[in-house]
Amino acid sequence: MSFTLFATAIISAMLINNVILMQFLGVCPFLGVSKKSSSAIGMSAAVLFVMVIASAITYTLYDLVLYQYGIPYISTIAFILVIASLVQFVEMFIKKTSKSLYKSLGIYLPLITTNCAILGVSEGNITNIWTSTLPYWDGLLLAVTTAVGTGLGFGLIMFAFSSIRERLDASNVPSAWKGVPISLVVAGIMSLAFLGLAGII
Amino acid sequence: MTKKANFLKGFLKENPIFVFLLGMCPALAVTSTFETSLGMGLLVVFVLTMSNIVIASVKQWIPNDVRTPAYIVIIATFVTVVKMLTEAYAVDLFNALGVFLPLIVVNCLILGRAEAFASKNNVVDSAIDGLGMGLGFTFALVVIGIFREFLATGGIMFGVYLPVTENPITLFSLDMIINLFDSGFHITEYGLKVFSLPPGAFIALGIILAILQFKKSQKDKKAAVAKMEMIAEKKKIALEKKKLAAQSLAKAGVK
Repeated sequence: MSFTLFATAIISAMLINNVILMQFLGVCPFLGVSKKSSSAIGMSAAVLFVMVIASAITYTLYDLVLYQYGIPYISTIAFILVIASLVQFVEMFIKKTSKSLYKSLGIYLPLITTNCAILGVSEGNITNIWTSTLPYWDGLLLAVTTAVGTGLGFGLIMFAFSSIRERLDASNVPSAWKGVPISLVVAGIMSLAFLGLAGII
Repeated sequence: MTKKANFLKGFLKENPIFVFLLGMCPALAVTSTFETSLGMGLLVVFVLTMSNIVIASVKQWIPNDVRTPAYIVIIATFVTVVKMLTEAYAVDLFNALGVFLPLIVVNCLILGRAEAFASKNNVVDSAIDGLGMGLGFTFALVVIGIFREFLATGGIMFGVYLPVTENPITLFSLDMIINLFDSGFHITEYGLKVFSLPPGAFIALGIILAILQFKKSQKDKKAAVAKMEMIAEKKKIALEKKKLAAQSLAKAGVK
């Protein structure tokens, strides 16, 4: 496990295979919660937090339980249950320990259960990283690194897009394009820019 | 609501993608060709109908506080069934859909229908609702898929991913028209490749939604004009009545 491997994993997860613009995971919050940049930042912080914990737990679950006992096909049910209960647990934990953190993240946490980015990253870790010969700790580190990169990429795009959207509200858009259509075209142009990053690794 | 209206509402009036913007992730990710969209749509129809039936039939035994996790487990069960069936019988489709096959679990449309319809209505109505909404979702995916594949390659292929025919067949291609005048021309070399890549997905869906919004605003405008005309006519009638009344009053006064 070298440093370059982790750097590559982070850059690749954050910019090249960007979770929203290239993989289309988490498009619902991307269009729904991006009207103000403050709410976009809150949402992305909550996603980053849950995504890192969820991918660590699901990777462990798959490697040490599901694979060992020969039931890997049940992974979808197991993962979604883990994520749903994890989100509930994190919400209760934050509520008890930190009032200020709960105020900033609290309203976004229930939305995360149905955010496909979390389950998508957990499933992607299994298909892309997990092999039966890879040592557990190496795989876990790589999975967590990928989750951090993906969460940062999600936050980057959410913030950039919400800033664009705040300006878009003030500009004079033809009535047929107003609202979601013009936002989708803007996202398409951003995606076109990110397509150009594909060659850097 | 009649059964027919219940079935048809998902196609245009309450279309999950075009009107409610539910389930946008698969609508962008798997619609690069007509056939992957059709395959995804049919899988969603199956999962949605079956989960609606099961949820509607067991709803009285599910405590209200834990209903969301219970619904998710029911949906995830059917998604696992679908995943294994697709891997066994249509492995090309399985590979093309990739991570979006297990992600049907978190499709907001399915949980949304379970929460909004199946938990309140009986089994038959829920089954019809699931079927109609699923087919509406498929309809929207297929529209986007045809739009993107046509712009990217200039034609529509069938049989590449679904295990229906031995060899892929071309349903339609601009080659058929152009080759009448000039043989040896291949439209695929001139296609807008970007529409089969991620940026094209956003732009294509944006264009389709803009067209729908334009049509809706035209309709609204027409309705507004019709309303104005109706009000003007009513005013006219009222004025005439007043005039008549005044005349008759004047006549009566003269007499």
